[in-house]
Amino acid sequence: MSVLVFLESADDELSSQALTLARSLGDVRAVTVEGPYAPAGWAAAIVEAAGGDDIVGPGSDRGNEVLAHVAAQLDLPFAANVSEVRGDELTRIRWGGTLLEEAKLHSDRRLVTAAPFAFAPASGGEEVTVLSPFPGNGVEVVDHVAPDTGGKVSLADAKVVVSGGRGVGSAEGFAILEELAALLDAAVGCSRVVTSAGWRPHSDQVGQTGTKVSPDLYIACGISGATQHIAGCKGAKALLAINADREATIFAHADYAVIGDLHEIVPAITAELRKVKGS
Amino acid sequence: MRILCCVKRVPITGGRMVLTADAQAIETKHLGFTISPHEECGVEEAVRIVEASGGEVVVLTLGPDEAAEQIRDCMAIGADRGIHLVSSEEWDAQATAGAIADAIRADSENTGPFDLIVFGNESADAGGYQVGIRVAYALGLPVVTGLKGLTIDGGRARCEQEVPGGRDVYDVPLPAVVTVKEGLNLPRYPSVPAKLRAKSKPLDARPLERPASRLEKLRLVVPEGSRKQAEILGEGPGAAQRVVEVMQQLGVA
Repeated sequence: MSVLVFLESADDELSSQALTLARSLGDVRAVTVEGPYAPAGWAAAIVEAAGGDDIVGPGSDRGNEVLAHVAAQLDLPFAANVSEVRGDELTRIRWGGTLLEEAKLHSDRRLVTAAPFAFAPASGGEEVTVLSPFPGNGVEVVDHVAPDTGGKVSLADAKVVVSGGRGVGSAEGFAILEELAALLDAAVGCSRVVTSAGWRPHSDQVGQTGTKVSPDLYIACGISGATQHIAGCKGAKALLAINADREATIFAHADYAVIGDLHEIVPAITAELRKVKGS
Repeated sequence: MRILCCVKRVPITGGRMVLTADAQAIETKHLGFTISPHEECGVEEAVRIVEASGGEVVVLTLGPDEAAEQIRDCMAIGADRGIHLVSSEEWDAQATAGAIADAIRADSENTGPFDLIVFGNESADAGGYQVGIRVAYALGLPVVTGLKGLTIDGGRARCEQEVPGGRDVYDVPLPAVVTVKEGLNLPRYPSVPAKLRAKSKPLDARPLERPASRLEKLRLVVPEGSRKQAEILGEGPGAAQRVVEVMQQLGVA
């Protein structure tokens, strides 16, 4: 069995994981595409390069988009975000990884993307063929805008995230989380309840439909632990939950727990940190 | 502007996934239903565009009888009419896209083409990342995905797609297909009079036979997960000292 693997770049993490999956399926040829991003044109180049091979991509936004274009061009089924492939059967993630689906592909060719962090990064590189995109259908990136982050550490890159949920109670309630975050050089996050209420902008939302984070420490304050939220923070290396409800689901996902009112506990942590840091 | 929004009925899952005995679906006996968060923003955006410049917002869903509830919810936000492809079974992405493309062609024959067809970037439940793209190919339309910003001007759509470190911008002619993400806007809560008005808006429902799935769901599985036993650092503000000790052990303080 021969497999063509599409790498978004030669060195990104999700592409490396896709390479690991591809190697487990057969003899690998690796390709990347250079040029302005134009999904239909990129997909057409990959379709031609693949011949009749299986095609694997990374489970990134772009990987899933390019593979969906490939699938539409070939009129073949496509399984996004697989965590395992066994012949023509596979396991893929649903609900942001909080549920799994076992499925069967009815196709001679397998088109799949590797679910993020389901596979180890590939050891050792691969010779990568650089493809030129085919002419697209006029859909290509014409500009790029970067948000003004005001010099703050971004949610996706932060080593520590201090996150608040319904229990914070109001937009103003986040002041104590901001204060703690500033001491830890942390980003402030929140749950979907909070953005829906308009207390924080959507760009602060951690979750299945928000940002997926993987900090060294995630501090969940007054967050109940809905699957929507867990899908966004399960990549954290350690999770500290602060919640008044000792039955809260979040504790089943936590490494450390503090039970009680976050409005008293968070300022106490801030004060203790200041004392320890001597400021 | 004539805008079609495609939405999917999904359960509000809460904290724990519980499956039916045959492992084919989530046990929803005690759950409410909604549409995917991305789609809520899609409907809101369509309604805002039509409020500003006139036209019509049509909502389409493929789902069981009960999915009429979600169409009415979208009508309460401001959608004008609904198309309900009725099937109680779960369809794979390829078959779903085929049925939606057929329904769009049929509707266009009667009432003219849509200028904009809006999907969520991926459904909350199946997360296939492909229905909108497949529909665009079936209809021969351009498609841009993952929108966090959309401006319609002079028969073109300026689309801002979220990427790491900012947004990529596309400029495409209408008619076009777009898929959107939550954060595009903050959807409104429907008023009580709007909910009442929604009840009398036109809804075209027709049953559909599901074709064979080429990505066939065999069964669902709840991941074992870590099922961690959290170490309790204390109760109330008195726990602060232990918390800071843990932060120091983790090397973050």
